[in-house]
Amino acid sequence: MINLHWLYIFAGAVFAGFAIGSARDPSNAKRWGNAAFWGLLTVSLWFGDFLGDIGNGILVLALVAIAGTHSLGRGTRESTTVEEREASSSRRGNTLFLPALVIPFTAFVGTLLFNYTPLKAAGIIDPKAVTLVLLGTGVILALVICYVWLRPPAFAAVDEGSRLANSIGWAMVLPQMLASLGVIFAAAGVGTTIGALVGAIIPSGSVFLAVLLYALGMVVFTMIMGNAFAAFPVMAAAIGVPILIHQDGGNAGVIGAVGMLSGFCGTLMTPMAANFNIVPAALLELKNQYGVIKLQIPTAIPLLIANIVILYIAGFHL
Amino acid sequence: MINYWPLLGIALVVVGFALRFNPLLVVAVAAIVTGLLGHMPFLKVLGVLGHGFNENRYVTIVWIILPVVGLLERYGLQEQARNLIGGMRGATTGRLLIVYLAIRQILSALGLTTVAGHPQTVRPLVAPMAIAAAEKQRGELDEETSERVKAMSAATDNVGLFFGEDIFLAIASILLIQGSLASFGIQLTPFQLSMWAIPSAICAFLIHGTRLLLLDRKLARRK
Repeated sequence: MINLHWLYIFAGAVFAGFAIGSARDPSNAKRWGNAAFWGLLTVSLWFGDFLGDIGNGILVLALVAIAGTHSLGRGTRESTTVEEREASSSRRGNTLFLPALVIPFTAFVGTLLFNYTPLKAAGIIDPKAVTLVLLGTGVILALVICYVWLRPPAFAAVDEGSRLANSIGWAMVLPQMLASLGVIFAAAGVGTTIGALVGAIIPSGSVFLAVLLYALGMVVFTMIMGNAFAAFPVMAAAIGVPILIHQDGGNAGVIGAVGMLSGFCGTLMTPMAANFNIVPAALLELKNQYGVIKLQIPTAIPLLIANIVILYIAGFHL
Repeated sequence: MINYWPLLGIALVVVGFALRFNPLLVVAVAAIVTGLLGHMPFLKVLGVLGHGFNENRYVTIVWIILPVVGLLERYGLQEQARNLIGGMRGATTGRLLIVYLAIRQILSALGLTTVAGHPQTVRPLVAPMAIAAAEKQRGELDEETSERVKAMSAATDNVGLFFGEDIFLAIASILLIQGSLASFGIQLTPFQLSMWAIPSAICAFLIHGTRLLLLDRKLARRK
């Protein structure tokens, strides 16, 4: 069965490529820092299951030490000039989009095939890993097409991949680090503490105030955890179920769904949701690492108000 | 008696991010402090951190896409995205992003959340197209404007994903809601939940769409 371990092997090879590509770039003064950083991630992907918990913890501290001492840099080398790229794009035209579209197309067709044919029952692919398996398949297909069609130098994929990896830098592992922080928060009982705090300030008698507290609690807790998934069970236990559904008789479907969506408004406003908010700022090479969040706040706040209104009307008055 | 001290870890994260220390360092320090305040010995904290990191490796797999994006950029992908928009009459940044918002919401509502995303579509395609459209609207862009257009492209992807995916029945968040409510004895079908994601999805399209139209007006005006 194709499961996550296959992907870890492939991803480890890609990260090894980032390490080699970084070491090959003399225009980056800190190239050995970059090579060590991607090398450690390769070790984690390939051998993480054999290192033991403490071993993995030490690996995390080493990654943090490299990033925290500003030992990551980026090269100034450009593989092709603007003129060469312009010339290539006018020669090849819109067919250049095709390899880029292979990845979403593979995801699209693969998801449909997996869900609506006997493929799922055949047990070839682990259902939990299916989206990532399709991503990996798409990437391999696209790479093959690029090499056959564009005939780049052999090391081009390594060099171009590490060019992008080094422009994103430490932000690439921030989502995984935040997920680990979530594990520590859970182990130290942060969720239950917040639930107890919110539960203690519940206003009695006003349905609207209870709705407001539920939605705002989802937002604040999501902003802290960076993830509405962590917030929902806590807020449901503190307010959603005992007060809104049992005491005030609200529609459970609305309380559940729109409560989660109120949390998503919080996701738009927090640096803790790094893969949505911080990583794109790095990926698009923005000067301000909070540039994406800043622009999302004016959408998130009216949308939160809309969600509170939906919770109140659809939950209690329909 | 509840131990409130681990909440100090949250405060550390907030302060660390606000002072713009390296976020990896902030998160690691907060994790260790939170664990120690939660009465875990240091080695135990280190083990939980390492275990959590190892279990969450799948989060980092998405970066296997970078070599493909980089290769195509080498051969002028971003330039071609610009050329395509440059040749389109009536293309503006706002209209382009509204179309993208609608597509992203609809695909997510069909469960096709990984078809698009920041590395897959925003960096190689959507952001260069939005920049090209903005250049058509007002010529050469100053740095502030181009930052704004790029950030808005990323924001539009997020809004489209978040406020589309819950309409799909089998998405993780719907299953999580169903599971948590079931643990309190409240039995719901996924449909009873996902139908209530539709009003919010419509509001998200209207609110963010309005902001995109306002961005167009701003781009047209400030010369």
